[in-house]
Amino acid sequence: MLPPAKSTTAAETDALFHFITSTSLILLLGITIAIIYFAWKYRRRSEDDVTPVITHNSKLEITWSVIPLILVIIVFGWGLTGYMNLTTAPDDAYEIRVVGKSWLWEFHYDTGHVSVNELHVPVDRPVKLVMSSDDVIHSFYIPDFRVKMDVLPNRYTSLWFEATEVGESIVYCAEYCGTAHSNMLATTYVHSQEDFEMWLETAGSEDDDLDPVARGEQLVTRNACDTCHSTDGTRLQGPTFQGLFGSEREMDDGEIVVADENYIRESILEPNARITAGFQPVMPSYAGTLDDRQIDAIIEYIKTLD
Amino acid sequence: MATNDESKNVRKLQVKRFKPEENPEKHYLNQEKGLWAWMTTVDHKKIGLMYLGSITFFFFIAGVLALLLRTELLTPARSFMDADMYNQVFTLHGAIMIFFFLVPSVPTVLGNFILPLQLGAKDVAFPRLNLASYYIYVVGALFTLFAIFTGGIDTGWTFYTPYSSSAAGGNIMAMTFGIFILGFSSILTGVNFLVTIHKMRSPGITWNKLPLNLWGLYATSIIQILATPVLAITLLLLTMERMLSIGIFDPAIGGDPVLYQHFFWFYSHPAVYIMIVPGFGIISEVISTFSRKVIFGYWAIALSSLAIAFIGFLVWGHHMFTAGQSSLANMVFSFLTFLVGIPTGIKIFNWLATMYKGSIDLKTPMIYALVFLFLFTIGGFTGIMLGALAVDIHLHDTYYVVAHFHYVMMGGMVMAFLAGLHYWWPKMFGKMYSEFWAKITCAIIFIGFNMTFLPQFVMGSQGMPRRYFNYIDQFQSFHQFSTIGAYIMGVGFLIMAAYMIHSLVKGKPASSNPWGSRALEWQTSSPVPLHNFEHTPVIINGPYDYHKPMSEFQLGITASQHAHHADKPVDISTQEKEQA
Repeated sequence: MLPPAKSTTAAETDALFHFITSTSLILLLGITIAIIYFAWKYRRRSEDDVTPVITHNSKLEITWSVIPLILVIIVFGWGLTGYMNLTTAPDDAYEIRVVGKSWLWEFHYDTGHVSVNELHVPVDRPVKLVMSSDDVIHSFYIPDFRVKMDVLPNRYTSLWFEATEVGESIVYCAEYCGTAHSNMLATTYVHSQEDFEMWLETAGSEDDDLDPVARGEQLVTRNACDTCHSTDGTRLQGPTFQGLFGSEREMDDGEIVVADENYIRESILEPNARITAGFQPVMPSYAGTLDDRQIDAIIEYIKTLD
Repeated sequence: MATNDESKNVRKLQVKRFKPEENPEKHYLNQEKGLWAWMTTVDHKKIGLMYLGSITFFFFIAGVLALLLRTELLTPARSFMDADMYNQVFTLHGAIMIFFFLVPSVPTVLGNFILPLQLGAKDVAFPRLNLASYYIYVVGALFTLFAIFTGGIDTGWTFYTPYSSSAAGGNIMAMTFGIFILGFSSILTGVNFLVTIHKMRSPGITWNKLPLNLWGLYATSIIQILATPVLAITLLLLTMERMLSIGIFDPAIGGDPVLYQHFFWFYSHPAVYIMIVPGFGIISEVISTFSRKVIFGYWAIALSSLAIAFIGFLVWGHHMFTAGQSSLANMVFSFLTFLVGIPTGIKIFNWLATMYKGSIDLKTPMIYALVFLFLFTIGGFTGIMLGALAVDIHLHDTYYVVAHFHYVMMGGMVMAFLAGLHYWWPKMFGKMYSEFWAKITCAIIFIGFNMTFLPQFVMGSQGMPRRYFNYIDQFQSFHQFSTIGAYIMGVGFLIMAAYMIHSLVKGKPASSNPWGSRALEWQTSSPVPLHNFEHTPVIINGPYDYHKPMSEFQLGITASQHAHHADKPVDISTQEKEQA
C-alpha cells in the first residue's frame, strides 16, 4: 500500500504502519466473525425465546480494557521513537532553505543559487530543509521519504531526510492553500555526491549560452510562471502571456496601462503593485529569485508570444 | 434509596397497569392542525420532526455536492468544473454536512423526539426554548444559504488562517456568522436536555435505570455546552480580524496562524464526539432490543460515554502533529489520543457481549447497528494509525484521513442515525416501512460506502493529498472506483427516500411496540399521544430487563393520586410489594 521507501527513516515508519494494519485486521476479523456467528447462532427462533440474564462480568471488562491499553501503549512508544528520529536532524546535515509561495516552491542553496519546483539533493547524506512561507500555510510533503511539515508564514519549521537511492521523487503541498493548491508540486532530484556538486557549480548558468528568447522560455517553465500564466491564451489564475506585450491593460482601479518592459518588470518584482482587472492579488514576488538578466530574457520571450 | 428511615420519606404509591391504546384516533400528528400550529408548536415531537425535515434537506444538498466532487475527480485536471468551483464545492460539502447535518442530527431529531418519552415526561424542561433553538438553527441556516448564493466560500470547512483571513475569496463573513448563530442552537439544546434528564425523570427512573440512549445524550450535552462557546469566540475573533484588521491570527498584521488551529480544534475535536456519542446511545438501545437481552456492562457503556466526553477535550492537538507545535505537545496529545480509544473499544466489546446468547432478530435497525459495528471499528483502528506520531507524519492531510473520518462519521454516526431512524420510525409516524426494501437499501449503501472509501485508504497511504482538484495519473483508477461507489450510495439513499415516503402514505399501521422492547417510549401508543402518556409512568425495572414480564413495564400512578405529589420521593421496593 505504501510508496517505495527511499529514505533512511522510511523503513521504521513502514514497519509501524504494517504492524498496526495487521493487528487491526486480525482484531477486525475476530470482531466480524463474532458478529456474524452470534447473529446466526443466536438468531430468534420463536417470539417466546428466553435469554439469560448476564448483566456484567468484571474480569471480561478488565481483560478487554487492559489488552487494548497495552497494544496502544506499544504503538504510542513506537510512534514516538520514530517521530523523535524524524525531528532530530544530524548535526552534519546539508542545509537548504525552502520558501513556499502560492503556488510554487523555492529552494535556496548555500551557493546563492535558487531553484523553483526542483529540489536537488545528494544521496546518502542528511539534508535539512529550513522552511517558511511568504503567504498562507503550505505543507511540504515527500511521500517517498515519509516526511511532511507545515510551512508557516511567521516562523521557520524544518524537516530532514537522508535519501538512500539516486532518482526522482514527487513533492506535494499538503495543506490547502487556494486555487492552484493541487498544482503546487515539485520534484526532488537525488544525485550522487559528485553529480550533486557538479550541479551546484553549474546551476543557474546552464542556459547562459542560449539566446534570450530561448532562455526566457526555459525560465518561465523553470520558475513555474506557467502554473498561472498560459502562453496560448487560456485563462488561468493570472493573465495569459499571449499577446500581452504592448497591449493596453485595464487595472482593477480603472487605470489603463500599456504592458511595456517596465510594466512586466514591475509585475515580476512587485506583483501586487498593480492588478489586472478581473484577477486576484495572489502572485508572489520574484525579487531575489530572478536577476536582471533573467528578467530581460523573460521579457524577450513574452515579446515573441503574439 | 432511603432504606433506614422508610417511615419518614417514603410514600406509598398506588400503581396500576396502563396498556397502551393501539392505533389511537387522536395523536400528536393530528390533534393540532394547520401550518401555524406546527410553526408555533412547543411539542418536542413536532420540533423533532421539523428538525428531521431540515437536516434531511441539508443532507440532500451536501450529498449532491459530494457527488459533484466525485464526478469531477473521475479525471485528473478539469472534468466539468474549474479549480475555484471545486474548492467551493468541497468546502460547502464539509461545512454543511458537519454543521447542519452531523452536529444537530441525532440530538435534535431523535433526541428531541425520544428523550422526554424515555423519561416518561410530557415534554422537555423548557419547551419554548426548544422551539427557539429550532428557529436559531433556521436563521443560521439562512445565513449560510445567503453566503452560498453571494459568492460561496473556498477555505475548507476548517477556515484555516491566514488563508481565511486574507487570501480567500467569497463570502466568508456570512458563512462564519451563520455557524456562529448555529452554535447557540446547539448550546440551548444541550442545556435543555441536561435539565430535562436531571429534573423530569418519572418516579423510579434512578440513574442506574436511565436508558443508555440518555447517557449518550447527557454526555453529548455536556460537550455541546462546554465546547461550542469556544467555536463562537474563535469565529468572532476571525470576524474582528477580517473586518477591523486586528491582528490575531494573520501574521501579516502580527497574529499567529497556529493559534487559530488550537482554538478551532479545541471545539472541533470535541465536536466529533458531539456527532458520534449520541450514536453510541442509539446502538445500545437497538442491540439490546433486537437481541431481546439485558445490555451487557450497563455502567461500562454509560461511563465510557462520559470518559470519551472528558478525554475528548484533551486531544485536539492531534490535528496539528505537522503544524509545528513542540515535540512535547505532540507526545502528550498522541498519548491522550490513544487513551480515548480505550473506552471506545470497551463499548464495542460490550455490544458484542450483549448479542451473546441473545435472541437476535435481524430487522433493519439491527442490521444498521451491525453495519455500524463493522464500519466504526475500521474507523477506530485507522484512528489508532493516525494517532501514531511517526505514521501520522506520512498520512497527515492525505486521503487516508479523509477515508478515516468518513468511516467514523458516515460509517459510524450516519449508520447509527439510520438505525435509530428505522427503529423509532413506527413510534414517530405510526406506520411501518417495507422491511424488504429497507434491507435491500442497507445492502446497497453498505456496498457503495465501502467502494467509495476503501480505495481512499490505499490512495492516502500512497501519498495522495486531500483537497486536490488535480492529481497525478497513478491515482485515477482509485478515484474512478471511489466515484462509482459514491453513485451506488446515492442510489441507495434515493430508494430510502422512496420507501420512507411510501411508508408515510401507504405504510401498514404500526403497533405500539412492534419490536417487543422494554423501553418506556414503546409503552405508549404509536403515534404518540399529544402529551406522551395519559398517566404518570412508574418504573420498577431497568430499561433492558427482558427477563421481566411486559406488564411490569406499563405501570403508572393511578388516577386518584395523579401527579400532584410526584415531587416527593418514591420507594420502589414498596411498589414492588404492592405489585406482588
